[in-house]
Amino acid sequence: MIAMMTARGLSRDYHQPREGLFARPLVRPALRDVDVTVEHGEALAIIGESGSGKSTLVRLLLALDRPTAGTVEFEGRPVLPGSARSLRWLRRETGIVLQDPYASLDPRMTVGAIVAEPLEALGIPGNHRAMVTAMLLRVGLDADSVDRYPHEFSGGQRQRIALSRALVHGPRLLVGDEPLSALDVTVRAQILELLRDLRRDLGLSMILVSHDIGLVYHLCERVMVMKDGVVVESGPTLEVLENPQHPYTRQLIAAVPTLDAAPGATP
Amino acid sequence: MTLTVTDLTIDIDGRTVVDRLSFTVADGARFGIIGESGSGKSLTALAVLGLLPDAATASGSIRLTVDGGVEIELLGLPDRELAHIRGSAIGMVFQEPRTALNPLRRVGRQIGEPLRIHDGLSKHEANARAIELAHEVLLPDPERLLRRYPHELSGGQRQRVAIAMAIACSPSLLIADEPTTALDVTIQAEILELFDELVDTTGASLIFVTHDLAVLAEVATDVVVLSHGRAVESGPVAEVMRAPQHPVTRSLIAAARATSWSPGASR
Repeated sequence: MIAMMTARGLSRDYHQPREGLFARPLVRPALRDVDVTVEHGEALAIIGESGSGKSTLVRLLLALDRPTAGTVEFEGRPVLPGSARSLRWLRRETGIVLQDPYASLDPRMTVGAIVAEPLEALGIPGNHRAMVTAMLLRVGLDADSVDRYPHEFSGGQRQRIALSRALVHGPRLLVGDEPLSALDVTVRAQILELLRDLRRDLGLSMILVSHDIGLVYHLCERVMVMKDGVVVESGPTLEVLENPQHPYTRQLIAAVPTLDAAPGATP
Repeated sequence: MTLTVTDLTIDIDGRTVVDRLSFTVADGARFGIIGESGSGKSLTALAVLGLLPDAATASGSIRLTVDGGVEIELLGLPDRELAHIRGSAIGMVFQEPRTALNPLRRVGRQIGEPLRIHDGLSKHEANARAIELAHEVLLPDPERLLRRYPHELSGGQRQRVAIAMAIACSPSLLIADEPTTALDVTIQAEILELFDELVDTTGASLIFVTHDLAVLAEVATDVVVLSHGRAVESGPVAEVMRAPQHPVTRSLIAAARATSWSPGASR
């Protein structure tokens, strides 16, 4: 069967300002020859630290940026940056949720208007208000949230609003960029649980970009480890976490602080 | 050095944000203050530093006993004297080193500044000491690096500069508020190790404010758990982690376990 998303040989160079009038412009490769496959129903994690190229990769997968080399396909259909109209089909298939629920919600719009945005932008037929309300209820918010504003909600609730907006139009692939990083630990646990439920109930595939090994362990069955624009290791999550092969993966895993570090604490 | 906080209460706009909080930081202790957003943990640290926002009123007592048995009541101390204590007896490190450093001044001068103000060192002496300090916080190639501006440094390097400033005048108490939250996990591990070494070699006491139980377990030996401005539990970290008594502590630990990964957890 054809995979949901495939990328082959993706590279992206960024040109930097030349240092002198006659100097060659500097080229910084942000991504080098990366292959990605996401199967239907699969949750894939892309882990790495600042500058690893993980965000660049996601931008290319979603046609928010043009690769220097390589191709992206969604169920065999080429994904190419272009006009909003030419990308409408891809936007329908995908939803995205970002790290900071404070920054990603327009404070002047009601929650109802925010969540309805993709429905309007993508020209989805039907009763938008009813669809929005159903989605808000599904993520655990009250129906009367539609008439309220983002600032009236807590961080965790705002992330639920952001999830509603990402999923209201019924995409099959959810892309998350550090979706839990800005949240308190008890709220993280709740949103993680919600992501797991949504994935199961809606049959979602997921690409999660994160530096958070815990999130990856609890949500994704496959993982790609990136460093300096290159995939250094990939495989089933448990295998990679329990038996990392690449020195960088080992270093990354060893750096994760654990609850059991306290002397005398029982594991 | 001993710090004794008794019945500390902080009100902002008629709202009690820290409520009759008491704890003692013993000489040489590594003391953690943990809680979620809004628990009052950062305000508590700011109160000790005499840096509460103007809108806040504090009551109770914050007594610092320095070597030689001299006792100073920090609460209500005039700004001038507080400023002196902050630079010399108490050092501080905050979450975002970018905002703690002056973007317009070379980092070497910033490290040397507290030495010139508090210890009366000449420009030349301060500069020499700044280079020593840069070595102590393991900044690479200090002579060159200290001539740079903050934006030319990485996040981890900037935090090392902030730590060098904090320890410049050999404080007997170091207060760190989420100092690794903005950093990548491998950099976080290095900075935590640096705190560990500094506390070991200088004999300073440490107050470490965090929302992250795993980080707490790595650095602190004693902890107070805050919730809505109140201390709900305190004791040795290992004890509190092994047998949490209060429901808030239990839910913090459960949430941390549900969202984290530790080696062997999956077996």
